[in-house]
Amino acid sequence: MTDQYVSAALAEELHRIAPDVSLEDVDLAGDLREEFDIDSMDFLTLITALGKRFDLDMPEADYPLMQSFNALVSYLRDRRA
Amino acid sequence: MSAFLMPSLGADMEAGTLVEQLKSSGDIVKHGDIVAAIETQKGVIEIEAFQDGILESWLVDIGSEVPVGTPLANIRAADEPVLSGPPGQPEVPTPGEPEVPQPHDLPPAPNLPEDPAPQDPSPQPPGPEIPMPDLPEPEIQWPEDTKNNVATVGQSRPRITPAARRRAAQAGLDLSSLGAQQTGTTITRADISALVETPRVDPLPDMRGAIAAAMSRSKREIPHYYLAHQVDLTDADAFVAKTNSDRAPEDRLLMGALFLKAIALAVRKVPEMNGHYENNEFNPSEPIHSGLAISMRGGGLVAPALLDIATLKLDELMRNMRDLVTRVRAGRFRSRELSDATITLTSLGDRGVDQLHGVIYPPQVAIVGIGTPSLRPWVHEGQVVPRLIADITLAADHRVSDGRRGALFLRIIAENLTTPEAL
Repeated sequence: MTDQYVSAALAEELHRIAPDVSLEDVDLAGDLREEFDIDSMDFLTLITALGKRFDLDMPEADYPLMQSFNALVSYLRDRRA
Repeated sequence: MSAFLMPSLGADMEAGTLVEQLKSSGDIVKHGDIVAAIETQKGVIEIEAFQDGILESWLVDIGSEVPVGTPLANIRAADEPVLSGPPGQPEVPTPGEPEVPQPHDLPPAPNLPEDPAPQDPSPQPPGPEIPMPDLPEPEIQWPEDTKNNVATVGQSRPRITPAARRRAAQAGLDLSSLGAQQTGTTITRADISALVETPRVDPLPDMRGAIAAAMSRSKREIPHYYLAHQVDLTDADAFVAKTNSDRAPEDRLLMGALFLKAIALAVRKVPEMNGHYENNEFNPSEPIHSGLAISMRGGGLVAPALLDIATLKLDELMRNMRDLVTRVRAGRFRSRELSDATITLTSLGDRGVDQLHGVIYPPQVAIVGIGTPSLRPWVHEGQVVPRLIADITLAADHRVSDGRRGALFLRIIAENLTTPEAL
């Protein structure tokens, strides 16, 4: 699974939650919640959607590995490899 | 023949704008079907049919703003004689004035399901007790027992952002004409703007106006008193982590559900925090409908009600909270949720500051604020150790209660949160 594919999928799910934020305007290595202005409920919605899309458990214990856009792309890519 | 009216959704609502006609002339309409979406200062609200029948004709065009009580459409009861054509065939509107029912023609009891629309300008318009079949986030897995309630209507409609909906209404664009080509994607304001090519109009002043009206009234009329307390959330946090460790994301808890439950249990012991102050007297409420302050993307805030939280288990509370936040963020409310709250919870989440001091939402009498939890030095079992601490605050109405009772209320909430297994 390529980074590009995962990245596009993540961008799409984030767009559902934060349609007003454009990827070009944010720091992809920065804190996901800050950059996309999402709260814990939004984050849970995102994790739920990604879990279904990639057929992953997305355990809460792994949340520290999901703290930026780039980190989340790596996480999804590694788990799906 | 009965008229389908622009409902009143609060004392401060004088008019609304018809933004969607979800049924056409000649369509069969069943009790509970969503017939229209209207836009008010508070957002887009779906309006349901209150009787079975046939939609004879629309009386108001999409994009029109009309006063509360204005007939939006005529609905002929299924057993009424057909006067101007067989069902299923669009009918020519009757010439002359549409039949306008007068307020005194309506049944006086506000909770009759047949009541076509609330006319009473009091801030507690009755809503029908039926759940609305809209589900803006089909990804969420629903347990079996709620599946019937969230079935069919919403899923075939295109997803559309509130700003886009507003834009479409301003341009007089019929959203259903867009549906077929756009299903599966989210229609954004840019899509609508591209279609109508007129300059953007900022939607915010409306919501700002609604907040200004309610908060000014609160500060003018309600003698607030304020209390604050610190609560150790370490055990609650561990409880949530343990509960979630073997759960799929859709079944996970957030701390917010624990806050709601802790408040509901505390209200049982200090009931004077829950109810409405109207006409110089306090009317306590038996059910607990907790308003939940939800910030909107792009600014603004709404506090729709989570209904009847006293009877809900934690998982049910979480599910309802998730459903409410998802719908509200998608710009969808049910009418009862906008008017029935009996107490409010406002929580800063994990990206805020230590304390907030709430402004009571009239005619309620209390608002509980939860600051952002943080690790602080704390004396625990005789040792100073880092613990997860949050400041919880209460703003309450001094006409109804005093600081001693308010303090008891906050302490009970804190105690409930330190024993999460009991929630």
